[in-house]
Amino acid sequence: MSASYILKRIALIFYTLFIVSILVFGITQILPADAAVMMLGENATDEALEALRQQMGLNDPIWAQYLHWATGVVQGDFGTSLRTGQPVGPALFSALGTSLTLAVLALAVMLVLAIPMGILAAVRRGRAADLVVGFVSYIGVSLPEFVTATLAVVVVADIWGLLPPAGYVPLAEDFWGGLQRLILPVSVASIMMIAHVSRMVRSELVDVMHTDYIRAARLKGLTPRRVLIRHGLRNALLPTITIVALDVGYLLGGIIVVEEIFSIPGIGRALMSAIQSRDLPVIQAGVMIMAATYSIVNFAADLMYAWLDKRIQYD
Amino acid sequence: MTDFLRRLLRSPQGALGCLIVGLILVAVVFGSYLTPYGPEDMQPLARYKDPSAAHWLGTDQYGRDILSRLLDGARSTVVMAVAATVIGTLGGAILGTGSAYLGGRADEFIMRTNDAVMAIPSLLMALMVVSLLGSNSANALLAIAIAFMPSMARISRSVALTVRKQDYVSAAIARGEGAAYIVLREMLPNVIAPIVVEMTIRVSFAVMLFATLSFLGLGAQPPATDWGLMVSEARQYLHRSYWILMWPSAAIALTAIGFNLLGDGLRDALNPRT
Repeated sequence: MSASYILKRIALIFYTLFIVSILVFGITQILPADAAVMMLGENATDEALEALRQQMGLNDPIWAQYLHWATGVVQGDFGTSLRTGQPVGPALFSALGTSLTLAVLALAVMLVLAIPMGILAAVRRGRAADLVVGFVSYIGVSLPEFVTATLAVVVVADIWGLLPPAGYVPLAEDFWGGLQRLILPVSVASIMMIAHVSRMVRSELVDVMHTDYIRAARLKGLTPRRVLIRHGLRNALLPTITIVALDVGYLLGGIIVVEEIFSIPGIGRALMSAIQSRDLPVIQAGVMIMAATYSIVNFAADLMYAWLDKRIQYD
Repeated sequence: MTDFLRRLLRSPQGALGCLIVGLILVAVVFGSYLTPYGPEDMQPLARYKDPSAAHWLGTDQYGRDILSRLLDGARSTVVMAVAATVIGTLGGAILGTGSAYLGGRADEFIMRTNDAVMAIPSLLMALMVVSLLGSNSANALLAIAIAFMPSMARISRSVALTVRKQDYVSAAIARGEGAAYIVLREMLPNVIAPIVVEMTIRVSFAVMLFATLSFLGLGAQPPATDWGLMVSEARQYLHRSYWILMWPSAAIALTAIGFNLLGDGLRDALNPRT
C-alpha cells in the first residue's frame, strides 16, 4: 500500500463530497420554497422580503450562491436554520454524536451475532443449523425497519412491558436508563445487517473451504478446528470488511426510520423534520454529513483490507 | 428455456419463490375482483374485529375489511415497486453499459461520479427527491427509481466490461457500427441475465422502500390501500387490535421474501456451476 494510493483515496473522498454538494445544493435550490417567506412568514411585506433576499444573497446567480455556501461548509459553517434561526452546524454535530452511538452499537451487535451465525451455517452446511440460519436471514432481509420497530414496540414494550417504548437519555447522564432505551433501537437497526452479513460470511467460507490451500492444510494432517480457524476464517472474513463498510450506507438510511419511531434526537430525525418543513440549510448539511460519514468509513475499510491482506498491492 | 425452468423449480428457493410471487401476482391481477367487501366500505358496528368467518383477517379502525384492503392494495404496492425497479434498472444499465463501452477517461469519470452519488443512502436520496417533487405515489416511484440507478449502473458496468472484451463486440466495432447500436444491440442483451437476477432481488427492496416512504407519510396518501400506509395508520390503534398492524406487515414481508427467494433461485438456475 503506497502513499500515492492513500492520497488518491483521500482525493476521491473530496471528489465525492464535491459531487454530493452540487447534487444537494441543486436539489434544494429547485425545491419550491422561498427561504425569505419561510423566515418572515406569509404576511411579510414585499419590501421586507426583498430586503431579506438581498441580505441572504438569494438574488445572486446560483453559482455565486453555491460558492458562498460551499466556502462556509469548508470552514465548518453550515448556515443558519430557517426554522429555528440557530446555526445548523453545532446542532447537527451533537445529533450526529447520538446517531453514531446508535450506529456503532448496532454494528457491534451485528458483528457479534452475524459472524458466528455465518460460520455455523457454513460448517454445518445443508444441515439443520444451516437451514435455520438461512431461514432467519431470509426473514431478516425481508422486514423493513419500520415493521420490525413497530412489532418490537408492541411485543417488548406494550405486551411484556420489559423496556420503555421510546425516548432517549444520553449514556453519560444515566448509563442504565440510556442503555435500556437503546436496546430496541439498536436491535432493530442491526437486524437487516445481521441477516445480510451472516449470509455473506457463510458463502465466503463455503467458497474458501473448497480451495486448494484448505485441501493442502487438511492433507497435512491439521485438525479440522485448526484448518477452519487458521486457514479458513482468516481468508473468508477479509471480504466481510468491505461488505460491512458498504452496509453502513444502508445502516444510515435505516437509522432515519429508527430514530423517527423511537424519538431519538439524532441526525436522521433532524433530517426528517427538516425535509418536512423544507429547512434547506439543515437538509444540505445533514446529507453532506451522512455522505462524509459513509465515505470515511469506506476509506477506513479499504485501508484495513489492504493492511490485513498482504496479497493485495495497491498503487 | 424449459431446461432453465426445470432448474429453477428444482431448487427449494426457486420453487418457493415462484409459488409466493405467483400468489402475489394473482392478488395483483385479480385482487380487486376477489375482495369480499369494498376496500373503503366502513361498518361502524364492526370495528376492530378479530379474524372471523365474516371477516377472515378482521376489520380495522373504521370497520373496513382488512382482507379486502390487502387484496386491493396488492396492485398499487407491488406494481409500483416493480415499475420503480424496472425504471431504475434500465437507467442504471444504460449508464453502466455505456460507461463500459466508452472506457478510458470517460468511464473513469462516470463511475467516480456514480460512486460519489452512492455515498447518499438510497432512503435519503428517495426522501430528497420526494420532498422536491411532492408526496404522492407517482413521485415515490420516481424517487425509488432514481435511488436505485447508481448501484445498478455499477453492477451492469462490471458485467458489461466482461462482455466488452468478447469477439462479437470487436467485430461490431470493426464493421463500423455506431456507439448506440453496439451498446443497445450487442452489449445490453448479454448483460441482461445477471441484471435480471439483481433486479428481482431489488424488487423486494423497492417494496420495502416504497412502504417505508408511505409509512413516513411521503408516499401513498390516505385512504389508499398501500400496505406501508396501512401499517402506518394501524400504529395509532394498537391498543384496540393488533391484527390491523400484523396483516399488512406480514404482506410486505411475504412479498419481500418471495422476490428474494425467486432472485436467489434465478441466480442458481442461470449459473449451474455454483
